[in-house]
Amino acid sequence: MILAAATLAVLVALLLGVIRALRGPTVFDRVLAANAIGTGAIMLLALIGFLTGRPEFLDIGILYALLNIIGTLAVLKFFRYGDLSHPGGEEPGDA
Amino acid sequence: MSALSEVIGSMLIAVGAFFYVVGAIGIYRMPDVFTRMHAAGISDTAGAGLLIAGMMFLAGFSLVAVKLAIIMGVILFTSPIATHALAQAALHEGLEPVGVGNKILIGPGAHPGPEKIGKATTKKTRKPAKRAARKPAKSKATKRKTASAKRRTRS
Repeated sequence: MILAAATLAVLVALLLGVIRALRGPTVFDRVLAANAIGTGAIMLLALIGFLTGRPEFLDIGILYALLNIIGTLAVLKFFRYGDLSHPGGEEPGDA
Repeated sequence: MSALSEVIGSMLIAVGAFFYVVGAIGIYRMPDVFTRMHAAGISDTAGAGLLIAGMMFLAGFSLVAVKLAIIMGVILFTSPIATHALAQAALHEGLEPVGVGNKILIGPGAHPGPEKIGKATTKKTRKPAKRAARKPAKSKATKRKTASAKRRTRS
């Protein structure tokens, strides 16, 4: 019962995050919303795993948690340097 | 013993779901990227932490609890890293946090957020277009037509 209520709450949070990702005026709003949606997906996976008695979903949750940070940092680096293989440090416009 | 741990786990899950929704409302309602990061931090630490703690109480001592602890540790380590990188990138891009430079935040005369500024300017530009006669609109349309015709002739 409480697990269903928590699942509903996480779904509401995911909906708000999706709205922010669609409306966000800057790129960083969208990246922040994507990060929040990723965390919400992990929580949703764990709660549904408990709700249906299948705790194997937690492995997928671990995978999502590891992919979330990589995706966020990759998008931020791409929008800063325009290239994922850029070594960083100096700006492309400085040199 | 199991009933007690179930009650404690249910309470922790309820409080965690509350904090999670509060953080999501903050992500939706806050006026700025940096304040939204603050709200996302609430749902990432308090919300997710309490939810996972409650589920650990429900699971008891098992492999499931270890996996939940791994998820919690990964989230607790990566959320501040993502927030730090995001704030650094936003500051490097030139975004200014709302409230810098003695801007009033609450009440009448408050500094509107970036969205409200955009909305106000679009409304100001839209209203005189409605009040004005249809002639300038027609002239604009004709200009567009002529421009498109020029483009066609150029191409």
